[in-house]
Amino acid sequence: MESKRKTSWSKFAIFALPTLLIFCTVIIVPFFHGIFLTFTDWNGIGSTFHFVGFKNYLYVLKDKVFWSDMLLTLRYSLFTVLLSNLIAFLLAYALSTGIRGKRFFSVGFFTPNLIGGIVMGYIWVFVFQHILVKVGTDLKIPLLSTNWLSEPDKAFWALVIVSVWQSVGFLMLIYVAGFTGIPQELLEAASIDGSNSFQTLRHVVTPLMVSSFIICVFISLSRSFMVYDLNLSLTNGGDPYNTTEMVAMHVYVKAFSALKYGAGQAEAIVLFLIVAIISGLQVYFSKKLEVES
Amino acid sequence: MDHYAGKNVFAKVLKFVVLAILLLFVMMPFIAVLLNAFKNNADILDNPFSLPKSLSFANFTNAIQTMNFFHAIWNTVFISVISVALVVIFSSMTAYYLARHKGTLSKVIFMVLVVSMIIPFQAIMIPLVSIYGSLGLLNSKWILIYLYIGSGAAMAIFMYHGFIVSDVPIALEEAATLDGCNSVQTFFLIVLPLLKAMTSTMVILDLLWFWNDYLLPSLVLINPNERTLSLSTYAFYGSHSVDYGPLMASLLLCVIPIIVVFLVMQKRIISGVIAGAVKS
Repeated sequence: MESKRKTSWSKFAIFALPTLLIFCTVIIVPFFHGIFLTFTDWNGIGSTFHFVGFKNYLYVLKDKVFWSDMLLTLRYSLFTVLLSNLIAFLLAYALSTGIRGKRFFSVGFFTPNLIGGIVMGYIWVFVFQHILVKVGTDLKIPLLSTNWLSEPDKAFWALVIVSVWQSVGFLMLIYVAGFTGIPQELLEAASIDGSNSFQTLRHVVTPLMVSSFIICVFISLSRSFMVYDLNLSLTNGGDPYNTTEMVAMHVYVKAFSALKYGAGQAEAIVLFLIVAIISGLQVYFSKKLEVES
Repeated sequence: MDHYAGKNVFAKVLKFVVLAILLLFVMMPFIAVLLNAFKNNADILDNPFSLPKSLSFANFTNAIQTMNFFHAIWNTVFISVISVALVVIFSSMTAYYLARHKGTLSKVIFMVLVVSMIIPFQAIMIPLVSIYGSLGLLNSKWILIYLYIGSGAAMAIFMYHGFIVSDVPIALEEAATLDGCNSVQTFFLIVLPLLKAMTSTMVILDLLWFWNDYLLPSLVLINPNERTLSLSTYAFYGSHSVDYGPLMASLLLCVIPIIVVFLVMQKRIISGVIAGAVKS
């Protein structure tokens, strides 16, 4: 027993300790240091700071821009999650019910996922500024004849469209995997019983896809809620007139441009709490549904 | 019956056409970049749909010089390949330990790792800059790699752990021990090869992440010589806002390497991405 314990500790030192040290210095220590920073007035340079109690959190409560950015981010996430999941589900259904070139379509729709937010955003800046405007003026479509990125409301939808464009192919793959898990006999039975394809989709397929729905909604929600790169490249961090600034961008600007580190970090902690609540709900619902089915 | 079959064929053709049109819409931005990367500024602004009059590579030489392309792609390859390799080795070893030693310590460590996955990067971004900046450690590729190992560890350990518990028979390890292998040999000679399926998933997920990442490198790599592709594309757009030819060429240069790798390894990449999403 004694010797086994000894080897176990030496194994721990070889196998687990290095990774855990790196993990702690990169995630755990900064996380707690971050909570500590929210109670100080540290200015980003030097080592002098004072304790300010809950002043930074009071500042967060009064920071109107932070809360309007939060609402904007929630609105953006809502539309992105709904649209991308709806389109991805329908695409996956179309691909799963027998079609030539299934592989070709999957690969094609997935391609936008390979491109990072910065490059993707700049590609779409060109599309919105030149391609769509050209189409709009040539074909006399008033909706397209102006640059979407220069009008607040349309710039918001531009962000939604590009995000949906990117994530649809990825979510579609997860839904396709879900569809292949549905036993073929069930669909045949439904068809023999006289159910049309919409009824089959509504009453047979959808209930069996619940776990795919949960995965996809959670992935698209966490992606869109923390959007930063696309916000930076497509709308330059908030153009026009700071109307498209999302909450992750706000935290960055607060800390590194306005040099309010304590307040910025307090906002980051609020963001963390919201993400934690969403993740908790996701775990709760998937557990509950697992039990029911 | 004939009528039914005809209707069925019609529906199939219709479905195919609708999907093809959608795919064309999805591909449109890439086609736009490809068409315009070879044209000069006046031609682009005149008609972005026109075919290039001649195949001129002037835009590409301009873009390659201005964004220091070869340097940037080398930095990106260096950082992402080394980070992925180290995440895989460190995390698989730790996951193996945690899966085979089920003490309280292992349980607590595993719980902390899983819970830590909900921390968004924004919550540790400012303290990271504060800590590593005050230690004078920023502005090096190796620190970025170190930060990637720390950021990628939790998810990778979680996925390897599940795989080892369900798919790696302990009998093989016992046989290796009887044959005189020590624990490190057993891991690298017996266990790691058995983890190949999970390793390919992890490599794909992390490679896409590190290759495309912008925010963390932008905080760590301040020196222009250390810039990755994302950083130099951003810098290029900041400096050069009027001349579209080179801008389109730079975007094409960034997109091509990923698309080529994707087309060669599409089967693996797609199954890796699905496995990653479903298991996490």
